[in-house]
Amino acid sequence: MTQIISLFQAAVVFGTVILFGAVGEILTEKAGNLNLGVPGIMYLGGIASLIGVFFYEMNNPNPIPAVCLLIALVCALVAAAIGGLIFSFLTITLRTNQNVTGLALNIFAGGFANFFGGSLNKLAGGVGQISVATTSAAVRKTIMGSNNWAGPFDDMLLSYGFMVYLAIICAIGIKWFINRTSIGLNLRAVGENPATADAAGINVTKYKYLATCIGGAISGLGGLYYVMDYMKGTWDSAGAIEGLGWLALALVIFASWKPLRAIWGAYLFGALSWAYFYIPGLTRRSMELFKMLPYVATLIVLVVVAMQRSRENQPPAGLGLPYFREER
Amino acid sequence: MKTIQKKESREPLLRISKRDYMPTWQALGVRLIGLVIALVICAIIIYAIVKLNPLKVYGAMFVGAFGTSKRMWVTIRDTMMLLCIAVGLAPAFKMKFWNIGAEGQVLMGGVVAAGCMIYLDTYVPTIPLIVIMFIGGAIAGGLWGWAPGFFKAKWNTNETLFTLMMNYIAIQLTSYFVALWENPFGSNSVGVINPNTRIGWFPHIFGQMYTLNVIIVAILVVAMYIYLNYSKHGFEIAVVGDSENTARYAAIDVKKVIVRTMVLSGAVCGIAGALAVAGASHTISTSTAGGQGFTAIIVAWLAKFNTFAMVPISALLVFLSKGSMEIASRYNLSDYVSSMITGIILFFILGSEFFIRFNLKFRSKKKEASES
Repeated sequence: MTQIISLFQAAVVFGTVILFGAVGEILTEKAGNLNLGVPGIMYLGGIASLIGVFFYEMNNPNPIPAVCLLIALVCALVAAAIGGLIFSFLTITLRTNQNVTGLALNIFAGGFANFFGGSLNKLAGGVGQISVATTSAAVRKTIMGSNNWAGPFDDMLLSYGFMVYLAIICAIGIKWFINRTSIGLNLRAVGENPATADAAGINVTKYKYLATCIGGAISGLGGLYYVMDYMKGTWDSAGAIEGLGWLALALVIFASWKPLRAIWGAYLFGALSWAYFYIPGLTRRSMELFKMLPYVATLIVLVVVAMQRSRENQPPAGLGLPYFREER
Repeated sequence: MKTIQKKESREPLLRISKRDYMPTWQALGVRLIGLVIALVICAIIIYAIVKLNPLKVYGAMFVGAFGTSKRMWVTIRDTMMLLCIAVGLAPAFKMKFWNIGAEGQVLMGGVVAAGCMIYLDTYVPTIPLIVIMFIGGAIAGGLWGWAPGFFKAKWNTNETLFTLMMNYIAIQLTSYFVALWENPFGSNSVGVINPNTRIGWFPHIFGQMYTLNVIIVAILVVAMYIYLNYSKHGFEIAVVGDSENTARYAAIDVKKVIVRTMVLSGAVCGIAGALAVAGASHTISTSTAGGQGFTAIIVAWLAKFNTFAMVPISALLVFLSKGSMEIASRYNLSDYVSSMITGIILFFILGSEFFIRFNLKFRSKKKEASES
């Protein structure tokens, strides 16, 4: 039982990182922009929050947790939105190829984040690893406390920091926005067929820009959560965020562009990623094979969805295509 | 109605129209301007970080990439590696098939090549072994390219995402084999394979370690150029890339072309993996591909599938990364500064394409007067 609870907890924490990434990317892709730069944007969100809080905590001997949180959130959102803005400007205004631009964004943002993650302390004149203990504690603080009124469910459902619940709220909010509001309907129209949307009087450029930047900002929270909760407020120079970012992209497909499906999909990915840790009798070698599971699962979903050809599981029809009004 | 009329009466400040054609030298000029602006911006960033004369910094970069004969050959070796992957991607991209999976195809080629070195070292002498390694690497990479091609042809699965997932499966398989072959035990790395016998290593030619890398990649560049531009297969690839319906109308077996091209693309990337193992590192790890599979995508795209144009682009990117690594080590900074600079330059080169493809027209007062 404790094993299952602990796997569940690990899965939720892991899943939250990619859930943020995936929900942001769903919003972006609904507007027809295939942003392969999610890993880069998550990098930007993570490093920006770390830098912001680092300077605050360094200059204040007694940092206030609430201020720490605010700085971390604002920095992550702004930096990730700037990442989305770079992508938007290049692909929407300058009409570069989306795949190539996303990859270039990954190269830039990965370099940027790891550069500052590795040399920030040196540049600031300190030694050793950067560590932002207060913020990390604030992010990880369980909002419900441990009152034990629900037994094991208390551990499984209430033992996380607020960002876990924020991710779920984000997913539900985006689902509601896309499917239940008129702006969301316009957004879907832009993603399905921008020429028709344009003819209907929707400002295609504005929608694409906003969806990509806001989507980027949400994805960036995944980076923040990874740095503050998973890494406990230090920088991981092994490049794990990149792998998580690609997994977030995989999750978007796995969930077939449905935010609610992304929620349980994220936790399933988390469980699959950690499964090797809980299966007894695995050698180090076979562990590596088990770590393939989330990717194999995505591949299977990709093929099955393509075989079904059911209309509701398809990607937005205009995904990845540039829009230029004068072209036909 | 009124508001619409009001809007119509004014021409927008900036109008964009598609350009039919731009002379090659002019297009080259636009790209060069983009590159120069990017270098200036990078210089400003470098200045902000290390407070040094940017010209001196670029000088240091040059020394880092070409300073000694050894460094120059390492730069050449890495250029060849990047070039080889980009050449492999060219047929897939010409077919408008987004093969993002070069990273995985390279790794699989590398794993098979390393396996050959480890298991066959006592049975086969070096020269035939190298041939076996290349064939094995090409088959492994080709298999990794076949899978997304097959599913795309059969059920029209999204190839971008399929190849992306194949990368991670390849990475995990590589970790598995690294754990299997680790040497010494517990180090979690394979170490240099056959360090004393040097079996399976590229032989020195003209006294240089990496001559064979250059020869192999040069052959691939020329062969791929001929294949894409002067062969029936190349023509079929171009037609499928332009329009699948046209291809079908011309009685081209689209499915066959997709699968065949992806196998070829994966095979060349697999050869790049064998090249990395036999001709460069003599070991295998998950970082054998080291993100070059992704960088090569950008190289192939910028070169517009012309394999000869890929040569200077790969050389530029490798020069930048080697040079900025030199700066990083001189000023005790993180190596990643090179990715940052590469990223900025890519943004500008990609962005400059816009001015080649489109025409910008400002609202001119004269025209308004004459028309009204």
